[in-house]
Amino acid sequence: MFACIYIPDFPAEAIIRFDPELRTRCVAVLAGRPPLEKVIALNDKARQSGVEIGATRAQLEAWGELVLRTRSQAQEDSAHAALLDCAQSFSPEIEDTAENTALLNLAGLEPLFGPVSKIARDLAHRISKMELEANVAVASNPDAALLAARGFSGVTLIAEGHEAERLGDLPVDVLLESFASDAQEAARWLETLDRWGIRKLRALASLPEVPLSERLGQQGIRLQKLARGAITRNLRSFEPPLVFAECVQLEDPIVLLEPLAFLLNRMLEQVCVRLGARALAAQELRLQLELEPCAQGRKFDVPAADDQHGHVRFTRTLRLPVPMLDVKMFLKLLQLDLQAHPPGAPIVKIYISAEPARPRATQSGLFLPPFPEPEKLELTLARIAGIVGEGRVGSAELLDTHRAGAFEVRRFAPAQPETKSATRKKNGGVPKDDNTRQVEENPQATMSAVLALRVFRPPLRAVLTMREGKPVRLRCLQREDIAGEIVWTAGPWRSSGDWSEQEGWSREEWDIAMPAEDGFVLYRVVQDKLQGKWFVEGTYD
Amino acid sequence: MSAFLVLSTPALSRPFIFAAQPLLKKLGSVPKLAQVTPASQLEVRPAPEMVSSGIAALDGLTGGWPRGCVGEIFGPVSSGRTGVVLAALARSTQSGEVCALVDAGDTLDPASAAAAGVDLGKLLWVRCGKAVLSARGKQMDCRNGDELDIAAERRRWELRLEQVLKVTDLLLQSNGFGMIVLDLGDIPVRNARQIPLASWFRFRRAIERTPTVLLVVEQQPIAGSCSSVLVKVSGKKLSAVSSHLSGNRPTHTELLDKTEITAELLRSRLERKPPQSAVSFASRAKWAG
Repeated sequence: MFACIYIPDFPAEAIIRFDPELRTRCVAVLAGRPPLEKVIALNDKARQSGVEIGATRAQLEAWGELVLRTRSQAQEDSAHAALLDCAQSFSPEIEDTAENTALLNLAGLEPLFGPVSKIARDLAHRISKMELEANVAVASNPDAALLAARGFSGVTLIAEGHEAERLGDLPVDVLLESFASDAQEAARWLETLDRWGIRKLRALASLPEVPLSERLGQQGIRLQKLARGAITRNLRSFEPPLVFAECVQLEDPIVLLEPLAFLLNRMLEQVCVRLGARALAAQELRLQLELEPCAQGRKFDVPAADDQHGHVRFTRTLRLPVPMLDVKMFLKLLQLDLQAHPPGAPIVKIYISAEPARPRATQSGLFLPPFPEPEKLELTLARIAGIVGEGRVGSAELLDTHRAGAFEVRRFAPAQPETKSATRKKNGGVPKDDNTRQVEENPQATMSAVLALRVFRPPLRAVLTMREGKPVRLRCLQREDIAGEIVWTAGPWRSSGDWSEQEGWSREEWDIAMPAEDGFVLYRVVQDKLQGKWFVEGTYD
Repeated sequence: MSAFLVLSTPALSRPFIFAAQPLLKKLGSVPKLAQVTPASQLEVRPAPEMVSSGIAALDGLTGGWPRGCVGEIFGPVSSGRTGVVLAALARSTQSGEVCALVDAGDTLDPASAAAAGVDLGKLLWVRCGKAVLSARGKQMDCRNGDELDIAAERRRWELRLEQVLKVTDLLLQSNGFGMIVLDLGDIPVRNARQIPLASWFRFRRAIERTPTVLLVVEQQPIAGSCSSVLVKVSGKKLSAVSSHLSGNRPTHTELLDKTEITAELLRSRLERKPPQSAVSFASRAKWAG
């Protein structure tokens, strides 16, 4: 058996998909060069209210309730990709018949998804979750399914052997629109059949074959077989690429982030539904905003590039710690990111794409240490970055250099704890890493405190008085409480490096002790040999 | 037990005496009040699980740090507070837990932390104070670095404290951290005491039934009754040190290695009774191995 998914009024559906509130209103889609735009698609409400294909914008502008939208190729591409994803989620063998039509081979799917009638209903349900209204038909051959989907609305099931009977009620136009090579040929055939008084497929199917062949040739015979639902063929298999992108061209530019969030939410919902249909999750999200040409002198603090139309492209990329499929999470992360890096100009086009990955499958262990959920942690980190600033939250990593205090703050992505069996399997029989083994086998190994340095950032300017080559008095210029006689000193330790670089450094360190109320305080004072200035770098604690 | 309530009304100056029992019955019939559990029937909280502090002597004193509770470490500068905290973080991260350090003064030296044994990959470091650095820069410019503007300095610390409280709330809500350390060690006591007690109660409530240890490092105790364990850390006195040092010019080892730290348990809300109230242990310099 074969199934066909057909989306009527495709250009209108592609627009309504990103604005579902339009479904209750009359919508007409215009195309062409302004001001000579004409209607190319309508939704049912508009058709019922009397709007016709081919009407001009000037004719419709006085129509108060009618919503006029310009055709968007980007949105149609997204809708087409969604249609193919829906088909692919049920069957590995699909045919990309047209931008609004997909065919599926249902052979062997019954043990997986249930009877054919259930598969048809599930197909209709899934496509509606993608905010597309489609007709679904199931028949014993692809072309019969295609005709039924184009001719009957809703879900249609045609039992094997009943194709001619069910398809007989359809008008000839459906057949010609589906199988004629172009519109002119379809019009010519229609005119001929109309002259013969043939308006339904039943009439065409009942014509005697030989006279029909004499008058219309082999093409006539083929059309008659199609009308009887008697042609069987293989599908032209197509595997849709794993591209999960949604695009919206805006009628009016958006300036504020709040209305942008509504649109992002809808787009993310669609991306997630499509990913979910293919049993995938997102590893990376990429948001591309097309901005109106920016004001003179405006500088972007994020990657931006001009396209050929003078629009500026503003791109943000969210790399996720683990594959996720949570619309709310994605939206919040994007919102926080955009708050930290606003686009800076009105937005005219939004493009979101997701890098697909297999969903995370974890088996939590009863005896594993507590670990934050990666999804929740990512959101927490984004929120914290919003408070303390980007680059000020993460994990420290020491750099391989002799320069004092050289480190980088990296993105915080701790490795997930593994169960003992998993660790053993991974290490080929060695169950733990060095640190864990050290702690468990010899609990006293690290059981002591280290005298740690507490660093002043930036270092505090100071005046150091030297006598006989050693410091005797310290006065900090930025903190009055750090001043007085030095009671003990240790040093100097001189070091330098990066001579060949522009940022060469040379320093002399002293560790000093100064009396305090509760004992003494240990400081590290440093002289920058290149500048000749003294600094208090930190305290030992 | 015979309990009586004595009431007086404005109209009648003569006191009315009621037996308590009928009144309690009446109150008990009110649906809202019927749900109130008497104090005598409250569930006894189980003793919290203890996490090693990473220092054997301190474990002997406190039994470690309790999970789901607030612990406070306080002491003056150079008393060894940071070393104690890093030891606890090292222990937790080495056992596979994820920890967080909310660094109010942005004073952590990652090299010292690594030397203490902290697995830096498992430590989330939040460096507070970005917004105030620029303000400080302006302040320095206008004064040529000669004197401090007290009001601006106070405001600077207030802003940092705001960040600390917001970040701590977020971390506690996200769950899953083995230990969260609030390093308020450089915040002036006057500013640190401005943290409302309600915040500490909120933090305590947030971690109550979680495996998280919330450690606060400070100069003076500030969490009040919210902390379950309060430890005072102090370094050696000047006179005690001077007797050990060789002359006026000690070696680096003498100055920084094997510095004696005294930890005193001032408060413990746990049932465990410590064998002594204070212990001493030696710290090691990070280069001492």
